[in-house]
Amino acid sequence: MTRARRILLTGGIALAVFGMAYGMWYAIFAEHQALEDIGVSLSTAFSSAARRDTAESAAAISRYQESKYVYDRQVDVHGHWIGLAMVLIVLGLCFDQVSFSEKLKIWLAVGMLAGAWIFPLGVLLQAFGHGPLPKILAISGSVLEIAALCFIALGLARGQSSVSRS
Amino acid sequence: MGARRLFLLGGIALILTGMIFGDIFAVFVLHQNAARVGANLAGAAHAALHRDAAAAQTYFQSVGMFLENRGTQVDTHVHMIGFGYLALFLAILEPWLAFSPETKRRIAQIFVLGSWLLPIGVFLIHYVGLAYSPLQSIGWASIFADFGGLLVLVATLACFLGLWKYFRSQASSTSVKDLLMDQSSVSCLLATGGLLLILLGFAGGAYYATFDLYRHEAQDFHDLSQITAAAASDSPQGVEEALADYGQLQGDKAVKIAAHAHSIEFGLLAMLLAFFQPYVNLRESWKRRWALILLIGSLILPVCVFLELRYGLLAGGLADIGGLLVIAALLAMGIGILRYTGKVDAAGIALTGGTQP
Repeated sequence: MTRARRILLTGGIALAVFGMAYGMWYAIFAEHQALEDIGVSLSTAFSSAARRDTAESAAAISRYQESKYVYDRQVDVHGHWIGLAMVLIVLGLCFDQVSFSEKLKIWLAVGMLAGAWIFPLGVLLQAFGHGPLPKILAISGSVLEIAALCFIALGLARGQSSVSRS
Repeated sequence: MGARRLFLLGGIALILTGMIFGDIFAVFVLHQNAARVGANLAGAAHAALHRDAAAAQTYFQSVGMFLENRGTQVDTHVHMIGFGYLALFLAILEPWLAFSPETKRRIAQIFVLGSWLLPIGVFLIHYVGLAYSPLQSIGWASIFADFGGLLVLVATLACFLGLWKYFRSQASSTSVKDLLMDQSSVSCLLATGGLLLILLGFAGGAYYATFDLYRHEAQDFHDLSQITAAAASDSPQGVEEALADYGQLQGDKAVKIAAHAHSIEFGLLAMLLAFFQPYVNLRESWKRRWALILLIGSLILPVCVFLELRYGLLAGGLADIGGLLVIAALLAMGIGILRYTGKVDAAGIALTGGTQP
């Protein structure tokens, strides 16, 4: 059992458990309230427009925008953490077929794992603040994921071509 | 039935049911539901235009109802398939869970029970509502769904502990247990195709996040502001234009997100199935054909979903055919696995090797 494989498998299952726990917390304590806020804001915006109260209508649309922004990110985080956890596990299962040195494979595994945690975390932090840090985290996490996955694909292709040659 | 077989057959059944449900939803519910949401939103806008605040609120109640129906059905589809994938992963990892066979069987039972309870509970949320609920905003269906989620969480946590225990033990460094490793041409085809689909999905997601996400959010705000502002200033033409823009935006958003998600999901499925090929009791030529059909369907669906706004029903129909190809291939492989495990059971041999008895 190689270290890189352990990192991907244990990291992947831990991330899946974490993503599920987050999803459960969200479903019980946050989702209903978020949907309520979105619905009430939109309804208020339209009924205010019917009363020709444009100021209240615009304010309600702004409240809707803010609630929707937070809701979308909170749902995305749950889906991305678990989705990326599955990618980590499946890569861990076939990591022995990646034809690179063990040291490079450990770096790739650490890169995949770090990206899988950081990218959704950055998205989640956007719900709490519009500053640049959450966006930087999300972008660097996703870049890390895609770069590591490209390298792994290359390593798998090398591994498979050496198998077919032999 | 042993833990691995429970995870394996439970996982395939969940994925198949989730996909069939998704196809039925896409053909019979999705577009009709979107049309009703659009019609009610337009109704609310026209009510605002005609200064009828009460009617606007009534229309929004309908919008909320249709959106809830759509949301719970999408969640049912997504969770069933997600749990199915996780079950297949755990089937592969089962030999590395450092527990007794009985404990592993219990964990698998809890996992499978929770995996069915959550999506069924979510599906029923819209129909059961708050009837007889002891809580103010959460109904019985939600309570059962959350309980199902808790069961899956506990079972997955137990698997994590079992894996951790195995890695901490001497066994992990001294012996290599079977993890369904296979390097046949069919497995390589599925693994490579799957990885490329995942990369395609990642690239699509990155493109969407970079060029569309913030534009869509700003456009959403702008269109809704335009609808209400036009209604408040008695401009029917402004309302119609903004409504049309809003509908177009929702379609654009939906197809791009669906293409991204489906490409990654099908990629994962293909890679997963690569591991199970030694257990598909079909002729080699048929195994290859079904693998190709699965990959072709897996590519057609997200690409055609992405093109749905431009080519309309033609692309939508092709996407549905892609989904059907994936379902047919998965069903064929599932039957192959069932034939194999049936043989193993008949011979009284534990499922531990990659060769057929």
